[in-house]
Amino acid sequence: MSSQSAFAEALLAEEVVCPPGLATWNGSAPGKRFAVYRNNVIVSLIDALADSFPVTQELVGEQFFRALARQFVRAAPPRSPVLALYGDGFAEFIEAFPAATGVPYLADVARMELLRVQAWHAADADALTPDEIARLLGDPAALPDARLILHPSVRLLRSPYAVVSLWAAHQSESAALALAAVDPAQAETALVLRNVLDVEISAIAEGPATFILNLQQGVAFGQAAGQALAADAGFDLAASLGLLIRGGVLAGVEFPGSTHS
Amino acid sequence: MKAQPGRLRSIADVASTKPRSLPARAGIGLKPEHFREILVTAPDIGFFEIHAENYMVDGGPFHHFLTRVRERYPLSIHGVGLSIGGEGPLDERHLDRLALLLDRYQPESFSEHLAWSSHGGAFLNDLLPVPYHAGTLALVCEHIDRVQDRLKRRMLLENPATYVEFAASTLAEPEFISEIVKRTGCGLLLDVNNVYVSCVNHHRNTHAYIRALPLDDVAQIHLAGFAQDEDADGAPLLIDSHGAPVAQAVWELYCYALDWVGPTPTLLERDNDIPAFPVLFAEAQQAERILCRLQPNRAHEACA
Repeated sequence: MSSQSAFAEALLAEEVVCPPGLATWNGSAPGKRFAVYRNNVIVSLIDALADSFPVTQELVGEQFFRALARQFVRAAPPRSPVLALYGDGFAEFIEAFPAATGVPYLADVARMELLRVQAWHAADADALTPDEIARLLGDPAALPDARLILHPSVRLLRSPYAVVSLWAAHQSESAALALAAVDPAQAETALVLRNVLDVEISAIAEGPATFILNLQQGVAFGQAAGQALAADAGFDLAASLGLLIRGGVLAGVEFPGSTHS
Repeated sequence: MKAQPGRLRSIADVASTKPRSLPARAGIGLKPEHFREILVTAPDIGFFEIHAENYMVDGGPFHHFLTRVRERYPLSIHGVGLSIGGEGPLDERHLDRLALLLDRYQPESFSEHLAWSSHGGAFLNDLLPVPYHAGTLALVCEHIDRVQDRLKRRMLLENPATYVEFAASTLAEPEFISEIVKRTGCGLLLDVNNVYVSCVNHHRNTHAYIRALPLDDVAQIHLAGFAQDEDADGAPLLIDSHGAPVAQAVWELYCYALDWVGPTPTLLERDNDIPAFPVLFAEAQQAERILCRLQPNRAHEACA
């Protein structure tokens, strides 16, 4: 084994081990010195997860969260030095974590928080201006074939749990009070988007969710609206467009055979 | 140029006088919690430094704010994830990301560490120590050659803070670093706190350590705070925490180093327990006053 392999293995090992080949000026046992590195690695990675998953942490408390995160860090250390996006697989790890089964919605809250981080750092795109939107909507003959381009930050999560309400309760000053009013077993679909510099999270109905998913897949406006109506008889096209416009995520439009944004 | 407090320097002013290297002034690490305050108050700071990896994302607020800060200030980009001391080959995708970032922001300085941080595809998020012998010297030099080749610029290499040494080492750290600088032509980022921490941890003389470095090639200095612990025998063990004010002993060592290297751009590093911006600004002013003493003709308010 190479010296760095042994060093790296000892950094992530559950039991306290010291790699061979270390020296100290005073002949002191090197374990305590090596432990500084172990601690730096594990604690900084747990901290990175705590930064990205604040509500997941609040739901189970700091102590439980850090114990959970410690195991995840050991099992799945980051594969990239870009730590801002560390946390892929954390939700799946939570799902399989026996001690977390009492909080069945925890994994989906983590899943949504990862989407929040991704939306935060997603590529930039200018929103259509009011003039461009007016021109688009003022041409009813061309509109059905138009393809609307959504901002790269837009993400959806369908959950059997009230992920948005749980998350929102934790944004308020009196989280405990707000949380008491949430029924976690209520299914919710989260819309995550970045509006200029801030990530916004809202719960949306099945109609707008279907509409947005279709738009993201490049389905033409008319067909996307039809799919949404088929999925949800109460689908309100104007309200869904308003949601996207207010969120600043209507980022472009293409017509078959030409482009315009 | 004497900056007027409360007035934003115009972008044109900065662009027309844009230095090719960092000014010999104090700089501060740019933190997201201070983005807005910096843009609103336009503090008179020599430069800002960022960690490259924090900005290797596609878009969003980090790029928004960095773009605006960069329009107004000189910039140092400091990498923490290239793993130059790694046994394996450099991560070319990471080099690509660095090249993209440097191209976008055109920083006056780019620096990295004499350390490794990735192994077997896992990123360990710490600056891990390297044994110092002919084999590792050749490998580190090969990696630095590749970095400078790919990024088409001279990089600065930072001396590490370490907690253990290796039985396999045959060279002292300053000798190892001198040889790297000689072979690769890279510059040195002299981290004075790291010198202090390592010299205490390994029972070495700080002045002798500094004098053994290639001081003509020092292009930037880092100052930071440390935490204190003990090794298994009760000897002092200092930890490079970046979470405390600069210690008095490190200020003294800084003055000693400046006597040898002359006025040098100096960064105050604080990455943990980040205080309010005025606290960091005051610490930078302290470095600025020391730098001013070496430049008696410099017209600057901190030099008055």
